[in-house]
Amino acid sequence: MRNALSLLALHSDNSGGSFTPPSIDEFYPQAVLFAGTPFELNRIMLIRLLVMTLLIVLFWLWTAKFKKAYKTQQYVPSRFQFMGEAALNFVRKSIAQDQLGEKDGDRFLPLLATIFFVVLGMNITGVIPALNIAGTSVIGLPLVLALAAYITFIYAGIRKHGAHFFTAALFPAGVPKPFYILVTPIEFLSTFILRPVTLALRLMMNMIAGHLLLVLLFSATEFFVFNAGGLLKAFGAGTLAFGFVFTLFEMLVAFLQAYVFTLLTTVYIQLALADEH
Amino acid sequence: MISRFVVTAAEAHNPLLPATADLVWSSLVFVVLLVFFWIKVLPNFKKTMDARTEAIEGRLAAAEKAQEEAAAKTANIEAEQAAARSEAAAIREEARAEGASILAEAKAYAASEAARIIATGKTTVEAETQAALVALRAEVGSLAIDLASKVVGESLKNDKLATGVVDSFLAELEGKKK
Repeated sequence: MRNALSLLALHSDNSGGSFTPPSIDEFYPQAVLFAGTPFELNRIMLIRLLVMTLLIVLFWLWTAKFKKAYKTQQYVPSRFQFMGEAALNFVRKSIAQDQLGEKDGDRFLPLLATIFFVVLGMNITGVIPALNIAGTSVIGLPLVLALAAYITFIYAGIRKHGAHFFTAALFPAGVPKPFYILVTPIEFLSTFILRPVTLALRLMMNMIAGHLLLVLLFSATEFFVFNAGGLLKAFGAGTLAFGFVFTLFEMLVAFLQAYVFTLLTTVYIQLALADEH
Repeated sequence: MISRFVVTAAEAHNPLLPATADLVWSSLVFVVLLVFFWIKVLPNFKKTMDARTEAIEGRLAAAEKAQEEAAAKTANIEAEQAAARSEAAAIREEARAEGASILAEAKAYAASEAARIIATGKTTVEAETQAALVALRAEVGSLAIDLASKVVGESLKNDKLATGVVDSFLAELEGKKK
């Protein structure tokens, strides 16, 4: 990625003017509060707290609706209540219960719902004006979520199969014994190391790439329109159009990454619970 | 420009290594939301969903039950009607049979009464005939004697003799008759 960025930098340098391409520093803004302490707050951390607050407010309102509906036995949901039901049912039915069945689906639903709505909420800030950066674009949150998924699927496996979970995962059935020399390290790597790493990196890299792309397109638009001369200004329209398209694309990616992260977590839990690994 | 970019990228941040504050806030956000979803949102959500499912199923069951009840009621009414009809038919039949039996009884009574009257009549006639016979016999006797005395004269006034003659005469008559 660094190569690609320097290439872009080179290219824009040649086009003249003082164009500054986005760098990885985008994701390390200045501290706003508590600088130097473990509670240092910068823009991205503030965005995370904002998203957390908004999620709590939104789901609090929905929960109040659910409670009221339950108490008054009003079974026809209002439009607002129905939106909450649709969102939660998407995770409950289409992700959790589809993979894990009704009982285990509901058992792991708190984690899965939290992961889904945290990732979705944090991703979407990447395209919200004035926020403009995803809360998941710094490794901390994807890492915490991936660790939660990691701990949960190992817990699910141990709870169901005891120590046999590890032997079944590392020594798959139906493989001739000598092959374990080859298979066991691969299984260990893929199950216990690559799963959490890929979960965290897939999410973070998607958000980083999306953000850099949008910053590049919009700062290039600005540069073309205000700094470049003559015909070059026309390029501004092109980069602006691309910026618009990629903003829509980022909305899709925001949802897709939330879905993929949650679905993979569910699949890992399901594999851990399955009788034959 | 290039050098500035390369230098900042190289000396500054490795995006794969989390800063402490990053981990702190990430964990905070995750834990707060996990607890919130776990104890607040999802239990209420599930409760509402389950109640709704139950209510829908309950209402369907109630509708089905009502339909069944209506059907049962209709069947009941039909059965009652059929019972009433058959009862009416039975009553008619009974009345007809009773009427027939009353008629037969009356007929039998009339026949027996007629027979009785006829029998009484017969005995009366017989008795009267007998009485007439006795009276006739006595009268015929005395008439014959009177006649004979007139013919034979006083000699035949001896009653004993006369009666014997008459009796034997009559016995003769009867013997002839037989």
